[in-house]
Parts: sequence; C-alpha cells; structure tokens
Amino acid sequence: MSVLKIVGLTADVAGRHVLDGVDLEVSSGEVHVIMGPNGSGKSTLSHAIMGRPGTIVTRGSITIDGVELVGEPPSTRAKAGLFLALQQPIEVPGVSLADALVAAGASFDGIEEALASEAAAVGLRPDLLNRPLNVDLSGGEAKRNEIVQMAVLKPAFAILDEIDSGLDVDALGAVARRVEAATEEWGLGVLAVTHFHRLLEELRPDVIHVLAQGRIVETGGPELAHEIEAEGYARFLG
Amino acid sequence: MSLPTPESTAARGGPAWLVAARQDAANWLATSPAPSSSAEVWRYSPIDDLDLGVFLPGATGTQARTLGGLEGIGVRIDAAALLAGASDVDGVSVSSLSAHPEGAVLLGSAAPADEFVAALSLASIDDGIVIDVPRARLSSTPIVIVHNLAGGVQARRTIVRAAPGSSVTVIEAWVGGGDTTLSAPVTELLVDDGAHVAHASIQLLDDASWHLGTVKARVGRDGVVTQLTAGLGAAYDRCRTDVTLAGQGASSVLRSTYLGTADQIHDLRTHQIHEAPRTTSDLLCKGAVTGDSRSIYTGLITMRHGASRADANQTNHNLVLSDGAHADSVPNLDIAENDVRCSHASTVGPLDEDQRFYLEARGIEPVDAERLLVRGFFTDLLERSSIIGARGVVGEVLDERLEGAGLR
Repeated sequence: MSVLKIVGLTADVAGRHVLDGVDLEVSSGEVHVIMGPNGSGKSTLSHAIMGRPGTIVTRGSITIDGVELVGEPPSTRAKAGLFLALQQPIEVPGVSLADALVAAGASFDGIEEALASEAAAVGLRPDLLNRPLNVDLSGGEAKRNEIVQMAVLKPAFAILDEIDSGLDVDALGAVARRVEAATEEWGLGVLAVTHFHRLLEELRPDVIHVLAQGRIVETGGPELAHEIEAEGYARFLG
Repeated sequence: MSLPTPESTAARGGPAWLVAARQDAANWLATSPAPSSSAEVWRYSPIDDLDLGVFLPGATGTQARTLGGLEGIGVRIDAAALLAGASDVDGVSVSSLSAHPEGAVLLGSAAPADEFVAALSLASIDDGIVIDVPRARLSSTPIVIVHNLAGGVQARRTIVRAAPGSSVTVIEAWVGGGDTTLSAPVTELLVDDGAHVAHASIQLLDDASWHLGTVKARVGRDGVVTQLTAGLGAAYDRCRTDVTLAGQGASSVLRSTYLGTADQIHDLRTHQIHEAPRTTSDLLCKGAVTGDSRSIYTGLITMRHGASRADANQTNHNLVLSDGAHADSVPNLDIAENDVRCSHASTVGPLDEDQRFYLEARGIEPVDAERLLVRGFFTDLLERSSIIGARGVVGEVLDERLEGAGLR
C-alpha cells in the first residue's frame, strides 16, 4: 500500500503562475480523476508531478510514502513509482519500444511476449510495436502505446494526461478497462486528467476533483462528474 | 614531397594514356592557384594546413583493422590479383583500370580533373578497379573493396559501369592510414538507362590521416543510384558526393553520416544536379560531433533548365554533443526551372529536450537516455539505407567509436 501525496503545490510555466496550491492524496488501487476547463492547469499538474523541464515548482511537496520527489530528476521519480502517460507522446526516432523499456528496468527476458500481450489488451496492432518510439503513430495508437508501456513497467502510480483524446469509443473502452484491471492486478493508483466525461464511464473513478484556476476547488464522488456533464464548469469559475 | 609535377608523374608506369592523364592533371595543378580556405569550397576547412611534405610513401598504417562485419558480405576484391586478369563476380566483370581496353575513356568520365582534389588524385593515381555490369545483369552479390592504405598520397580509383537494365552493389571501405597518409580516392559511378547501382563508401582510416574523397555518379534515363557514405576516421575527412541525374526519370537516394570525436574535422559536400525531367533525389545526412571535433555540411541542389517536374529533398541534422564541438550546415539551392519541387531542412543543436524527458520519465537514467538517443539518431539514418551489409558495418564501428567517446 503506497500513498502519493501532493501538498500546497504551486508551479510556473514560462513565468506565468499556473498552479496555485494543489493538494491531493491518492492511495494504491484508487482511481482519481481531475476534471477542469481548458487552461485550468491540468497538464501543468501532470508535468509538475513528473518533473518535466519548463514546469517550475515554486512551492509545495510531492511525496510517495513520505519520500520527497520535488527537485528530483524524472528518472528518480519514475524509479520511485511514477508513470506519466503524456497527452502528446514524444517521437523518439531510432529507439525501439523494447530497448527503451529494458533500459527503464523491464526484464529483457520475455519483453517481446509482454509487449505482444499488452498490445492485444488495448487493441494496438502488433506490427506497430516494432516502430521506433511513437514514430508515425496516429494519436490513438500513441495513446494505446503509452498504456502498453505502463502495463509492462507496472508503476505504483500512473498519471494519465488526457489519455482519452484521440481514441475512438472502442479504443477508449479497451484502454480504460486495462487501467481499471491494473488497479486490481498490482494495486495501481491512478490520477487521470481529462475534460471529457466519456472516460469515466469505463474507468469508474473513486474520487473526482475539479481543478480551476490552478487549485482543486471541489472534490467529490462520481456524481460530481455527472453534474459537470450536465451543467459545465460555470459554478466553479465564479 | 610536394605537388606531383609533369616530370615526377612521367616516371610512374602504366599505359601511355594513363601516363598522359597523370601529366595533364599535374599540369592542371601547376597552373592553378593552390586551394585556400578563403575560397567558398574550402570554407571552414583546414586546407591551409595542408603540407604534402608530410605524406611519405611506404610507412604503414598504425590502425590497420579487421572488419568483422564485412567478412560475411559478398565477394572481396583483391586489387593486386586483378593485374593477372579480370575476375568474374556473379556475372560482373572486375578488372584493373590499366588493363581495361576502354580505360582511357572511362577514367575521369564522371569525375574530370577540374578541381584540386580530383587533379591531385589523378596526378597521383597508380591504377584503379573497373567494375563492368553487363546489360540486364542483376547481380545479387555485393562486391567489397577494402582499401588498406600505407603512407603517401594514395589515390585509389574505382569505376563502376552499369549497362542498361543491370544492377550491382559495391561496398568500399578505407582502412589503415596514419599521419603520413593522404587518401585522395575517386569513385565514378556510370549508371546507364534503367540500371541500379548501390554504392557504400565507409571511411575508417586512422585518426591522423587526411582523406579527401570524391564519389561522382552520372545516372541515365530511369536509372537509380543508391548511396551510403560514412566518415568515421581521419583527422580531416572531406567527402564530396555529386550525383548528376542526366536522363529523364533518373533518381538518387543518398544517406550520409559522420561522427566526430577528439579534434577530427568532417567536411561533407553534396551536389544533387537535376538535368532532366521528372528526376528525383532524396538526401539525408545525419552526423554528430563530440569532444573538440567540427563538422561542415555543404549541400547544393541544382535544377537545370528543362528539369521539369523534378523533385529534390535535402535534409541535414547535426548533433552537437559537447561544448567544445561545433557544426556548420550550409544548404543551397540553384534553380533554373520553374516547374520543380525542392525542399531542404537543416538543424544544428544538442539532443532534443522532450525526447530526453520522455525516456527519463520512463525511469531511464540521464546518461543512459543520452546514449540511447545518440545511438537512435544514427540508427534512424542507417535504417533508411537499403544497403544492409554496409549499414551493419557502419553501425558496428559507430558503436565502437561512441563507446570510445563515452557515449555508449
């Protein structure tokens, strides 16, 4: 049982204050969803947690089981148990998926089988596994590829940044089911960022947070997502 | 030793036409201004440091090496054995230039001695290798030539003549050399109508050598020339690759790479010359500099009047991996025809921050992410070459040299 805890996190991007004191706590096996309008800071929160260059944490703390991650390089955060599925996965020419995952600590023995089985689980064409990382993949293929990587690396916590964008309904279902299964399989804790409702039908979140103007302005159960679906974000933007 | 002179060349043997060709080239050298870095074609180069007096014949290379990867490929040609008579490789005739009945016509037919390097090479030539591919002969056996160089000015010459509808693969590697070696080879590729020549030029000389290499191709109607050039050794490595697309529908694919370590200088010059309608050329050059090394890429696309609907692409990416390293990229277009497509792109810079982040976010240590990205940068280039055997050898040597530079 692990806990990802974020306390009073503030962050700047290009000199602009984007996060203004975010508090969150996700435990193993839980699915948390962060919803919010465009520009509310959702992607910045994902990047701040993983330590992406250009996202400057100015205050606050990010810990896994009490171990501070702010100031640590992304590789250290990943080793501590974090995984980030990017909204726009980066093309890495000349580097194969298998080589990258083995370098990241996945077992060399059985990597091909693990990739094939995880690709099948999310409906990623097996021949795409042989392409260099994300090169010439469609948006939806790249998203499925992110989930394949997550499932092979088996992190303690996965940050899913708009994993639903670019996926059709069937693909979205397959991806959400794989993530949901991981919460049982190895106790994956999930922090999924989205501004669409449709992800939630398959992912079955435990907690919904509304992020607006860089802060969590409301936290509730799945019913909060239904309310936003019906009424929009107007009441949070006051 | 100084520049070859008409008198000094006369003393060297061979048929009369070869002696005369050397003398003409020596005359050209004697009457032309010496190369200087103030001239555009030698800009950024160390040509002003060229001292022919240091290149002494006879000294053996200090870095003679075996090429494991080349052993399993095709048929290796021993130039000395060719003097005894032509050999046949999968229906392709391989003979010495001096004994070839058309040697006088073939020599310089794609690469005339009209500039310093070509003239120096011709004035210094001993002999050469001619590869004749008969009409419609589709050879599937690569012909491998390993130039193991001793000291002095070494002017190897290879001429590949592919008759209409034929195809052949020729892989040349340069090994040996040292601080007394100036390698000034010329390869001429004569690709007739509908023929396909694949040619790889792999320069692996000792890091103290000078290498002034020239490959010139002339391609006829619907002919194809596919090339891979790799500059890995030498102190100063200049690799000039010119392709003239002379016949309608002729095409060229060039993949070129270099890796600079320590204080090497790699100087790549490419010229894609479109003379005829619907000719296409696709050029990708990717290289990296580390340590205190430098690179220069100068690429020119010429579209002559009449090259209607020709299509040319030229892409050059340079990785700069240390503070002491430097890369220059100079792409140029010279277009005299309206109805053409031309694209060119060039980049000079460090590893991509987003790519680094992506790998590190998977848990890959920064130093390992850098190694993966650098090797990936070259893998991307090599995987775009169809000359499988040659790219395997280049990959092998790249790995060794990256390891030597602490990048693998």
